[in-house]
Amino acid sequence: MSTALLGLDGVSKSYGAVAALRDVRLELRAGEAHALVGENGAGKSTLVKILAGVHQPDTGVLTFDGKPLVLGNPADARAAGIAVIYQEPTLFPDLTVAENIFMGRQPRRSLGRIDHAAVRARTRDLFDRLGVALDPDRPARGLSIADQQLVEIAKALSFDARVLVMDEPTAALSGVEVERLFGVARSLRDSGAAVLFISHRFDEIFALCQTITVLRDGQWVSTDAAADLTVDRVVRRMVGREVSSLFPKQDTKVRDVRLDVRGLSLAGWFQDVSFTVRGGEIVALAGLVGAGRSEVVRAIFGIDRYDAGEVHVDGRRLRAGDTDAAIAAGLALVPEDRRQQGLVMELSVERNQTLPRRWKLSTAGLLTGKAERAAARTWSERLQVKTSSLRAPVSTLSGGNQQKVVLAKWLATEPGVLIVDEPTRGIDVGTKAEVHRLLSALAADGVAVLMVSSELPEVLGMADRVLVMHEGRLTADIPRASADEESVMQAATGVGR
Amino acid sequence: MTRVQRQVILSKLGVFRELGILAALVVLIAVTALSNSRFLSAQSVKDLLLGSTVLALLAVGQTIVVITRNVDLSVGSVLGLSAFATATLLSGDSGLPVPVVAVVGVLIGAVCGLVNGTLIAAARVPALVVTLGTMYVFRGIDYTWATGKQINAADMPTGFLKLGTATVLGVPVLTMFAVVVLVIAAYYLASYRGGRELYAIGSEPDAARLSGIPVGKRVTAAFVASGALAGLAGVLHSARFGTVDANAGLGLELNVVAAVVVGGVAIFGGSGSVYGAALGAVLLTTIGSALPVLGINPFWQRAAVGALIIAAISLDRALVVRLSKALRARRNRG
Amino acid sequence: MAERIRRAAGSWDFLVLVALVLVVVIGAVSIEGVASPRFWRFVILEAIPIAVIALPLTLLIITGEIDLSVASVLGLSCTVMGKLWASGVHSLPVLVLVCLALGVLCGAVNGLFVTRFGLPSLAVTIGTLALYRGLAYVTLGDKAIADYPTSWTDGAVAPIPGLTIPWMIIVVAVLAILFAVVLHATPVGRGLYAIGNNDEASRFAGVAVGKTKFWLFVATGAMSALAGIFWTLRFASARADNGNGLELAVIAAVLLGGVSIFGGRGGLLGVVGAVVLLGVLRNALQLADVPANALTIVTGSLLIASVVGPNAVAIARARLRRRRPTTSIPTTP
Repeated sequence: MSTALLGLDGVSKSYGAVAALRDVRLELRAGEAHALVGENGAGKSTLVKILAGVHQPDTGVLTFDGKPLVLGNPADARAAGIAVIYQEPTLFPDLTVAENIFMGRQPRRSLGRIDHAAVRARTRDLFDRLGVALDPDRPARGLSIADQQLVEIAKALSFDARVLVMDEPTAALSGVEVERLFGVARSLRDSGAAVLFISHRFDEIFALCQTITVLRDGQWVSTDAAADLTVDRVVRRMVGREVSSLFPKQDTKVRDVRLDVRGLSLAGWFQDVSFTVRGGEIVALAGLVGAGRSEVVRAIFGIDRYDAGEVHVDGRRLRAGDTDAAIAAGLALVPEDRRQQGLVMELSVERNQTLPRRWKLSTAGLLTGKAERAAARTWSERLQVKTSSLRAPVSTLSGGNQQKVVLAKWLATEPGVLIVDEPTRGIDVGTKAEVHRLLSALAADGVAVLMVSSELPEVLGMADRVLVMHEGRLTADIPRASADEESVMQAATGVGR
Repeated sequence: MTRVQRQVILSKLGVFRELGILAALVVLIAVTALSNSRFLSAQSVKDLLLGSTVLALLAVGQTIVVITRNVDLSVGSVLGLSAFATATLLSGDSGLPVPVVAVVGVLIGAVCGLVNGTLIAAARVPALVVTLGTMYVFRGIDYTWATGKQINAADMPTGFLKLGTATVLGVPVLTMFAVVVLVIAAYYLASYRGGRELYAIGSEPDAARLSGIPVGKRVTAAFVASGALAGLAGVLHSARFGTVDANAGLGLELNVVAAVVVGGVAIFGGSGSVYGAALGAVLLTTIGSALPVLGINPFWQRAAVGALIIAAISLDRALVVRLSKALRARRNRG
Repeated sequence: MAERIRRAAGSWDFLVLVALVLVVVIGAVSIEGVASPRFWRFVILEAIPIAVIALPLTLLIITGEIDLSVASVLGLSCTVMGKLWASGVHSLPVLVLVCLALGVLCGAVNGLFVTRFGLPSLAVTIGTLALYRGLAYVTLGDKAIADYPTSWTDGAVAPIPGLTIPWMIIVVAVLAILFAVVLHATPVGRGLYAIGNNDEASRFAGVAVGKTKFWLFVATGAMSALAGIFWTLRFASARADNGNGLELAVIAAVLLGGVSIFGGRGGLLGVVGAVVLLGVLRNALQLADVPANALTIVTGSLLIASVVGPNAVAIARARLRRRRPTTSIPTTP
């Protein structure tokens, strides 16, 4: 194995009083895929931003090919041959796919003019190499997340990156798409690039990476060959303690139907979706990304309107497109995108938690703050939200604690039907187990839980029944006893229909 | 729709938008000319072109700024400052040749633009607020300098005033200046990295930063360009009218933004062309001179401009909605 | 409690009030006439229409929208009132009701385009700024209607008995308290801040984003129309160009008052303080023989400073923080 291509030594970074990274080291070698794991708030994203040139370390040095490297801005990182693929694609929606790939590096003709034909031709070459059937001239607006990631990958390929950094690129991808991404990463690796891979999914990490570095609380914990590690050992190092059962779904008595969805349709998104969820049940809604699961739950909750169908909660029919009425009927939705949908990041923990209940907490239409504070304190304590103050902006909390605030906000409304969309996406192992325990306890109390999840182990571990969607239609309703990886994936990919 | 057809539509959408304004312009001119043939006389065409020139120049500069998801409300004041400076220099005993004075006018505009751009890029303050402020400040400087004086055509060198009325083959010389600027700006925006980066910045500022585009520098440059063009417009303004006081270009920013929006430039950046904006300027000017010819109370002009702005943005919105529906449908089928 | 006081002292509202007190004290000491009741009567009469429009506009800007058409609604309200008066409608309540309905309609049009059709409010209200002002010109042309009964025109600016301060200030004060309570102490107000920071997350929390914004546009239109009635009576003149450009003064006051143009931040105390501050400054400098035209420099600079100042300080602080530790970087190995 060669020596380090890109090295970090003694890197520290603080934001205000918060130390995000302390004395971290990392060595990326050419021809090697290196995994970086850690709980949320462990400092992985900060490290990525330093490698991308977005942030500069307070102390410490970067070396490239043994020479010191200073990354003052993203352009420096790019010039050094470091390509970063972020969790959220960063494309320009108004520009064509080809322009997106070559922005700032367009091939030029005489007098510095852009050679538009060459831009197009080289994009087509890249797509051929990747086996992608995208039109270089179409605007990036309207691309699926998976397609957007492919464009990002093409971008990385286009400047022959020597270091490829991937920050949770698979969070929104389906199995096939993940395989294609890994194919590209492997071929880059085999042609001598160094790959840094960040993920919460251990199966992916072990499938792709040779080396695993663990971060905890902004500090380096260990770096080992993947072959010498097991999932359990990695998790223990990430958390710093033993983690017991990950999916503690208790058996409970199943009660009356609380959520009844009949023939729900929205043209272009989902058709004729019917199912019920009973009190005490946890029903998973599985399927590939883009199958229409989030769209269905959004429609149920009244965020979007639907063309046809009915939604009943505890026997009462809900008005379409009326979130207020849905909440009043006892419905709660923990949405998939915590930062954009679940929370108002700039507002305090307290204001976020009491937002859906602001009318209930008011006296004669007035709010003095006292009732809100008391309510927020109660629920923050109940869910053990870790925050410096209830008045701190929720953006200052770690991902796991943010998710707890979202849960607290909805549990406080004492819902009869709780819908959770990807409830553990992007949160650390410890909090994940807490969330699962909580969902299980809620079901035991008679709440009907509908859980959208793309993580099969979570689906299989938690659900009493698994509903599967494929291209906007419900394709299977599998009871716990007969649900396994194969049956769910078959229904999700439309095989055997 | 076949794939090829759709592809054509996607890439030509912008062109269609410009053709639409052109069509509206042609219809308006045709209807007006039918009701009064003198509307197409050489003199009235010349007046129309001259009238459009200043507005079109400002619209070109405004487009460059709006593409980056910013706005420059100070252009009317910058024009006023530059016009007054130009007139003062030419009327005095400085004896400076006209081209030098014109360059000074442009430079004054560029400096104003630099002030705007620096405040916006360095202090990361929204352009709406900064240029609203500098709109006051630049106009205030203009007033303070002029102290109520007015510079008359009689004080100006005749060569300069002739420039304002000269024509070549019926086309005013001033208009030719504007057309040259327009073509250069359009070519730069379409075929240079710096130009494309302006679109990228407006389309998604965060992504632009992450992909290494020097956002602050580019935005500042856009404001300098807008300022310089407003400065140039000021020079043309004083050449055309000869008589200049501190009120030159007062309230013009509204018409400029209107021209840009009507011309299909997205107010939140990322798309649109200077050709569209220039056409928008011509259309607005034409409406102004067509109304009296058509026997419509000229007081309707402003209301018509307002209605046109709203119609234009509604149309753009409808197009975007249809476009993304088409793109989504394609994805679902694929 | 101590912490609350400290936080209040560092707030923008507080800074605006301190600036106001400083300007008043310095003005009273150095400029003859600033301490006189006549001066205050002028300041208040000038501030009334600005304040009346600034109240709903503050709420609207906090939700992240903007309305540039306010001064045009004021102008349209003036001309419609003048036209009706000239054509024989001589009942003040009827005139007020008609103008109010007109303001509601204008606001509803803005709100409809923004919330129903999803158009950016900046572009929509630039359009209606031209449209409503244009309709004002269509209504009255360049005529002025000025023959209102003196009981109306004097009544509008009459002082509180025994004082020189106009009685209208009581109406404005009541309105200000009403808006402040709504913004700062009701569920509606909580929703406004949430919408301004993130309207998608607000929708997911059951806040009716579209409906709220629509009614704020309506309220802004209605209050602008009310300001138009006051304007007509105060100057005893209804003209199509009444209040031309006033939108800039109002927005300058709202932003100087600490409301973020991006929404989600700001309060009414600061805005009311800023309205008065700008009024005092303008009138005091005029008394000091500063030419009226040069005053625009002061207004513009204040507006820029109010936004650039806090940002520049924050950026400079961040730079310093980053610089300091870098000095201790170990030399390359």
